[in-house]
Amino acid sequence: MVIEALKGLFLGASQKVEDRTRAKEQSKGSFSSNTKLEVKDLNFYYHEFKALKGINLKIPTKKITALIGPSGCGKTTLLRCFNRMHDLYPGSRYEGSIIFHPDGINITEKNIDLLELRRKIGMVFQRPNPFPKSIFENVAYGLRVNGVKNKNLIKERVEWALQSAALWDEVKDRLDANAYSLSGGQQQRLCIARAIAIEPDIVLFDEPTSALDPISTAKIEELIINLKERLTIIIVTHNMQQAARVSDYTGFMYLGELVEFDKTHKIFTVPSQKLTEDYITGRFG
Amino acid sequence: MISNKKRTDARSDILFPIIGFIALLLAISFMITLIIDILIDGFIKLKDPSFYTSYPSRFPEKAGILSGWVGTLLVMAGAVFWSLLIGIPAGIYLEEYATKRGIIGKIETIIELNINNLAAVPAIIYGLLALGIFIYRFKLGESILTAGLTLSILMLPVIVVNTREAIRRIPRDIREGAYAVGATKWDTVRDHILPYSLGGILTGLIIAASRAIGETAPLVTIGALTFIAFLPPSPFTSEFPFISLDKIWSVLMSPFTVLPIQIFNWVSRPQADFQINAAAAGFVLLLLTVLMNALAYYFRQKVRRKYIW
Repeated sequence: MVIEALKGLFLGASQKVEDRTRAKEQSKGSFSSNTKLEVKDLNFYYHEFKALKGINLKIPTKKITALIGPSGCGKTTLLRCFNRMHDLYPGSRYEGSIIFHPDGINITEKNIDLLELRRKIGMVFQRPNPFPKSIFENVAYGLRVNGVKNKNLIKERVEWALQSAALWDEVKDRLDANAYSLSGGQQQRLCIARAIAIEPDIVLFDEPTSALDPISTAKIEELIINLKERLTIIIVTHNMQQAARVSDYTGFMYLGELVEFDKTHKIFTVPSQKLTEDYITGRFG
Repeated sequence: MISNKKRTDARSDILFPIIGFIALLLAISFMITLIIDILIDGFIKLKDPSFYTSYPSRFPEKAGILSGWVGTLLVMAGAVFWSLLIGIPAGIYLEEYATKRGIIGKIETIIELNINNLAAVPAIIYGLLALGIFIYRFKLGESILTAGLTLSILMLPVIVVNTREAIRRIPRDIREGAYAVGATKWDTVRDHILPYSLGGILTGLIIAASRAIGETAPLVTIGALTFIAFLPPSPFTSEFPFISLDKIWSVLMSPFTVLPIQIFNWVSRPQADFQINAAAAGFVLLLLTVLMNALAYYFRQKVRRKYIW
């Protein structure tokens, strides 16, 4: 009797696992292999305010996708849905789904592991926000909170991340100096190193150069282009020229809706929507 | 056109600074007069080293403040310990964890609204509370432990409020930066919130301690002695580890007096010589308070240099 019951239990469990893998495969099957994030009918509410309205979007793997639009159009709100940053504050609610490929997981689900999600989807913010700690500790922090204890490994990863962020040569002799002793552009590259040190699949950039001078901006843009060999990049920008310079795909947003999404050169040369054209040509903004 | 005559309403721009400056002088001069007065009155005693190493006595020339300053230091050490132990987690909770939703949220809101009021409750009320709880209920006796706990309740609201303010000054970006690399809430509190707010917390602690060090009423309520001619037993031993838990316990359980009570006792004596002792002890107490404020200033400056947002 007991054995029967146990068997039943095991069978039931394995049945469930099978179901789940099948469901995963199905969800995998429905996307072309180069999609990283698949946004389906996404609505986002901030308290009663509907900030995003029915967004549908496929973010391609290892490409740079830019989100442009006037202030308050919801581009940053959409970006912060991808790593569920909104969850830090009360009153946020998601409807619809964002499928993370190839795992086939829905990011907007309530009981998803947010720590794991944020490890896989890193973020660089509008204003450089290094921690008031040493340069080394800033980059090592992501590794430490994700349980890396091996000191040599941490050293290796920090050096690798700083090199990838094109900052190593400038800071290698003063890794113990406070991050605040760096210039604004260097601080932002440090934040990029911090984000990539834990090898995320995707990095979100929220207007990363809006607080920087043109030379620092050029450096960061070059860095972002180099990073796409390894990572999928989504960048929100206020600056249309920047989107045209760095991105492969561009989405134009207006009043919480995605008006148009296409290859960047198409958006900037032959947009299909009148609204996009008006924005691109500077008739409003 | 720009006229070369001053407008009449510009006069108030001259008048107010004058009034303000006089008010400032007035406030400062009270303070300075007080300090100079007790310094002159108590000078003979202040320069006498035996004043600091003698117990109180019925002969004014032999009386000293040894049991007073030792008691003050021990009671304050306890008060600082307990108030930090409870105040910092409470402040962090209210600022970082409280969601203000549901039944717990209602409790949180009530506590939040009342924490500022608590700082304004007269100290003697806390003394009555301590008498009822620590002495009658938990039988902790009229001891250093009870006194430390009593003053810690007094300090608690100030520490909670300052902890919260220090945490609130940390920019949102820093928290988000930590969460964005996969830190848990506890990681963020331990690695960022707590270290960056420590300066503000310490400042709050010292402001609270400066107030508590001069408190007399709550300690009289819980039965501090006014005349005590012995020190608590030393907790140190000659053998390793040089300190014993039993002996620490007996220190905590000893009767005590503190400087303000000693001063109060001397002031109420009829002999004029005791007034000199009172003035000298008052100056020592004032000096301790000034030292603590200097310490607060030092920490503030140190932290300000380190964390500029």
